[in-house]
Amino acid sequence: MLSEAMDSPKLGFNFDLYTRNHMLLTKKGLKPPGYLKTGTTIVGLIFKNGVILGADTRATAGSIVADKNCEKIHDMAPNISCCGAGTAADTEAVTDNINSQLKLHRYHTGRESRVVTALTLLKTHLFRYQGHVSAALVLGGVDLTGPHLYTIYPHGSTDSLPFATMGSGSLAAMAVFESEFREGLSREEGINLVTKAICSGIFNDLGSGSNVDICVIEKGKKEYLRNHLTPNPRTYISSKGYSFSKKTEVLHAKVTPLKELVNVVEVVGDAMEE
Amino acid sequence: MSIFEYNGSALVAMVGKNCLAIASDRRLGVQLQTVATDFQRIFMIHDKLFLALSALASDAQTLHQRLVFRHKLYHLREERDMKPETFASLVSAMLYEKRFGPYFCQPVIAGLGDDDKPFICTMESIGAKELAKDFVVAGTASESLYGACESMFKPDMEAEELFETISQALLSSVDRDCLSGWGGYVYIVTPTEVTERILKGRMD
Repeated sequence: MLSEAMDSPKLGFNFDLYTRNHMLLTKKGLKPPGYLKTGTTIVGLIFKNGVILGADTRATAGSIVADKNCEKIHDMAPNISCCGAGTAADTEAVTDNINSQLKLHRYHTGRESRVVTALTLLKTHLFRYQGHVSAALVLGGVDLTGPHLYTIYPHGSTDSLPFATMGSGSLAAMAVFESEFREGLSREEGINLVTKAICSGIFNDLGSGSNVDICVIEKGKKEYLRNHLTPNPRTYISSKGYSFSKKTEVLHAKVTPLKELVNVVEVVGDAMEE
Repeated sequence: MSIFEYNGSALVAMVGKNCLAIASDRRLGVQLQTVATDFQRIFMIHDKLFLALSALASDAQTLHQRLVFRHKLYHLREERDMKPETFASLVSAMLYEKRFGPYFCQPVIAGLGDDDKPFICTMESIGAKELAKDFVVAGTASESLYGACESMFKPDMEAEELFETISQALLSSVDRDCLSGWGGYVYIVTPTEVTERILKGRMD
């Protein structure tokens, strides 16, 4: 264990616990865990001056809502963002990883990152793991060649599209896009259409819910509108709050005061001299 | 039975006004048999940072030892304690490293960061972080805990009221779960002191 921390860290995944886990799951007959999914409705569309990405904010663990306001729009570069659906750990890890690789690439080349670079890095990573890294992404950005929007599937295939939806709510959102999308939308129209598509997912798909996040990327600037729309506030909030009639019984209490920070004042010059 | 229900556990952390609380149950079992009634699941990493680990007890202890090791090395190199946000990223990276052969553990991290601002987060077994501004739950009693915390929680509670709320939420939730209970440990962390209390609960 000392070597693993002291030397340079080994890259990639570590399969040390595989045999033990396999034994536990087959010999002992225990069921494997379910992972945190982001159920999700994620969308993207190309408008007159760039790309708009949208996402809902619900994270589920089975059928329980684990996080009512999570962030599904990840930063890839100052001009590129990516929405993620699928296993939450995978989308976060893969987008963070490629974000770092793009930063190093920018230092190396001295140029702004291109969307196709992010696309290629993501698809080669996902293909290498043959779909086991379960991340379905909508990648959008504006670079010197113009605005781009791509979808990336967990097995590594990609599509380049003018409007795209992914996740369990993709059908609900795509219905909205197919009926109302046209080329050359203005920024306002684009944001409204994306909001409408995400709301369609939030209200009709059980795996998506809570609020709408939007990210508008234009040439030279990116604007992240976190919780652009909150159509699901808590309906009944009791003003009194909860009050407990019976106090909890305590068997034992131990108080540990924390160490105080002492400020050492430096005396300038010789204190003895007068 | 799922691997996460092998030992049984219940964890909850809540944020108050410049303070936070982290609580766990005390049972350690082997499926339906109870083996210990004083099992420690909450560990102190440094003065203002607590880590609690639910589900499989052996992975909880292994992960705790590895994280204490990493924090001690960090402390030697940086000559200061790790911030809670940094520690959460460290735990997340360590768990994701084992993505295809994971630790069967769900950590709950609670700590006071810069300017004693409370920070809580939980992760599932492969490291997906869930940051929350109010409360986080983990363990076999998590579904009951979600319900209890959702109704009992109020923002900006002082230490005493926070203690009462988190204890009531924990005890009422574990009473509805066969695999956790037998009392509770509650730690209240404020900028000046840490109070550890052991709760009396139903012993069944």
